Amino acid sequence: MMIRAHNIVKSFGDTPVLCDLDLDIRRGGIYGLAGRSGAGKSTLLRCINGLESYDNGSLIVDGVDVRTLSRKDMMAFRKRIGMIFQHFSLLERLTVYDNVALPLRCWKYKSGFIDRKVRELLEIVGIPEKVRQKPRELSGGQKQRVAIARALSMDPHILLCDEATSALDPKTSQAIINLLIEINKQMGITIVFVTHQMSVLRGLCREIAILENGKVAVSGMVEEIFRQQPAALRNLIGDDFAMPSEEPAKMVVLVLPDTVTGSFVSRMAVELGIDFTIEGETSTFSTDAVPGLPVSFPEKARHDVEDYLGRHNVAWKDINGHDGRLEPIETYRERYNAQMPVTQSEAV
Amino acid sequence: MHSTSYSAYWWKYFEGIIAPSIGATLRMLSTSMALSFVFGFILAYFLVLYGPHGLRPNRSKYKVLDFIVNSIRSFPIIILIVALSPVTRIIVGTSIGEKAAIVPLTLAATPFMARIIENSLKGVDKQLIEAARSFGASDFQIIMKVMVKESVPMIVAGTTLSTITFLSATTMAGAVGAGGIGAVALNYGYQSFNNTVLYTSVLLLFFMVLIIQWAGDWLYKKTV
Repeated sequence: MMIRAHNIVKSFGDTPVLCDLDLDIRRGGIYGLAGRSGAGKSTLLRCINGLESYDNGSLIVDGVDVRTLSRKDMMAFRKRIGMIFQHFSLLERLTVYDNVALPLRCWKYKSGFIDRKVRELLEIVGIPEKVRQKPRELSGGQKQRVAIARALSMDPHILLCDEATSALDPKTSQAIINLLIEINKQMGITIVFVTHQMSVLRGLCREIAILENGKVAVSGMVEEIFRQQPAALRNLIGDDFAMPSEEPAKMVVLVLPDTVTGSFVSRMAVELGIDFTIEGETSTFSTDAVPGLPVSFPEKARHDVEDYLGRHNVAWKDINGHDGRLEPIETYRERYNAQMPVTQSEAV
Repeated sequence: MHSTSYSAYWWKYFEGIIAPSIGATLRMLSTSMALSFVFGFILAYFLVLYGPHGLRPNRSKYKVLDFIVNSIRSFPIIILIVALSPVTRIIVGTSIGEKAAIVPLTLAATPFMARIIENSLKGVDKQLIEAARSFGASDFQIIMKVMVKESVPMIVAGTTLSTITFLSATTMAGAVGAGGIGAVALNYGYQSFNNTVLYTSVLLLFFMVLIIQWAGDWLYKKTV
């Protein structure tokens, strides 16, 4: 475990923020912390790198008990933990180069080393040409890239992200997510991402925890949680967006051939006369999940849908798991490749 | 003919009395501003460090500093000069003249500068300070490399303001024995019923204010 929190208690004056919170975060993973504002997720994040203290409990981060550290040791400990923020937190008067170099300068590295490191980092985050620019000349996405480069300058083991994509438009935010996934893969850095954006949780995180009133209300693999739709998730999304609970719903992942677009789903909805809910964008939630389009529809229309999908040669995976036809993705691929022309003409 | 004799008359006063006083005023102003900047900066450093939302909040230490700053600021400059004259005599050996004026001027300007620098530093985004903490910067580094760095334009603007305020303070000091343009305007101008000296001095002060403001604005634009 990279981070192990046990019975964490924290309050600001009379206001309790974290109440007996337990959390385990695996080494090398990407972990999402979600919750409404005031649920304590940002405070928890700040406890991890000692920006906030906690009143009680134990918090072991990267093998170190955060509470026992002296001021000096705390500073050294923080070198191992990078952090990025919603509003980027760059020094407006410094160039991109000087911003990224700042932590290295604070730790008194030699200028030759700093120079190499800064250029290498800007290469990694994809903005090597912006080296002499000032933050105000950059877009939001580019600023966050600079902040990521700065956070990586001390070769951290953990990267903490506090609403790091909340100030960005969806496209830019996806690009930042892709960058973080890449960083996690290439460097093996554990990422802890605080957010209230569902698309980020689903697109980035492998495991998530939803915080409510300073406690972990639910935690686990992201696709499990989105499938089961526990109360904590529904509270977070708001009932408008959650599935109507009166009607038992079924959720499947459609494996659409490349040639089939989203209109397939609307055509199916029109032809069958039922409502489909598209559950997020094209699923990228985890490497072992089926790539495809998660949709849900009323349970009672199951046979019609099954039949329709069968007729159109669209493979689907029932992610409720317990019933329905489930076709392994490999079988699907073989069949799809063999019947390519037929599938295409039928599906388009 | 008349105009030549007037300009000769003007030149006589200007060369003999006013011109030397310009140097005295500039020396008083620049020395007291430089000293008060240094002392004010040190005070501001600790105010920001120990302040209620500071880097290392310490109620009692902050209270003491805060009290010192507030109580010095509550004295009008002219009272301070008179009241401090024994101390001044100990420090510079005399209680009249431009050297003597530097002591109370510096003392009066220090808390002023301290507040200006403190407010500039406090204006730095909290999250930026958190970011600096998160990569392991020390409190000293956070103040010097992040807060000061980011608030240079604010500090420049504040210093301009305070320089102009204390230019007028040096003229008031003229009333109680300091040299400079203020003393000339009062002693040779006002009290000797010499309007030429009085209004020339006023005009000079006016131009000095313009130049200081212009230089300050230029520096602000350079640093922003």
